Amino acid sequence: MSGTPRADTRPLSPHLQIWRPHLTMAASITHRITGVALYFGTFLITAWIVALATGAECYSTIEGLVTAWYGQIIMYLWAVAVLYHFANGIRHLLWDGPNIGFEPKTASAVSLFNYVFAFVGAAAIMAATIWL
Amino acid sequence: MSSGKFTTPAKNARGLGSAKSGTEHYIRQRVSAIALIFLVPWFMFSIINAMGAGMDDAQAWAGQPLNAILLILTAGAAIFHMRLGMQVVIEDYIEKTGTRSALLILNSFACIALFVTVALSVLKLWIGAGA
Repeated sequence: MSGTPRADTRPLSPHLQIWRPHLTMAASITHRITGVALYFGTFLITAWIVALATGAECYSTIEGLVTAWYGQIIMYLWAVAVLYHFANGIRHLLWDGPNIGFEPKTASAVSLFNYVFAFVGAAAIMAATIWL
Repeated sequence: MSSGKFTTPAKNARGLGSAKSGTEHYIRQRVSAIALIFLVPWFMFSIINAMGAGMDDAQAWAGQPLNAILLILTAGAAIFHMRLGMQVVIEDYIEKTGTRSALLILNSFACIALFVTVALSVLKLWIGAGA
């Protein structure tokens, strides 16, 4: 909507395909994907709270969905998204606040840690809900 | 004024793109993130326990004052945070002004409606527990 035409002589930032894929790039993309997924996940959690406040008939329907195999898969993926976004979000705060963690080796290691933390942590949570 | 001789580039930038309210957005996103560092671990632990506890225990859990307060705080911080996040995603990928504006408005409406829904549900459970 700007009144002036784009100045075409200005340099453009490198396009996505120029970059060699690396861990921090994957971590960044995953942060956004998990963020969007959690946006819709919040609607599901809200449905559970509404059902809890509504009554027995409504709650048993939701409980049936949560405990079904597909509900359990969604719960696992939700836990993965929460843990990943949580861990990687703290890394973002450490980047922005005290300005630490920019060293390429450190940044890659933290990216890897966040993935492992998310998938293993979510698996541990699901295991705990089944056996404890 | 119209010749542009005495105007600075700021005149063209103001009201467009990053000359809007980026700093405020940036700070809000991070302050809500800091709140969520404390709220999310509590929420994860509690909600998973409550989901497996059966309806009566889950209702009793949500009806306790501290839990009800923390639930509403978590919903507030999380929904505020996700509204800001989704705003950036829409701004990044939707180029067409009309579609973009419509989605930004929808994002705001959806998030506010979501928060009101959670808050009233928790309030009902809280009051129900006291009755």
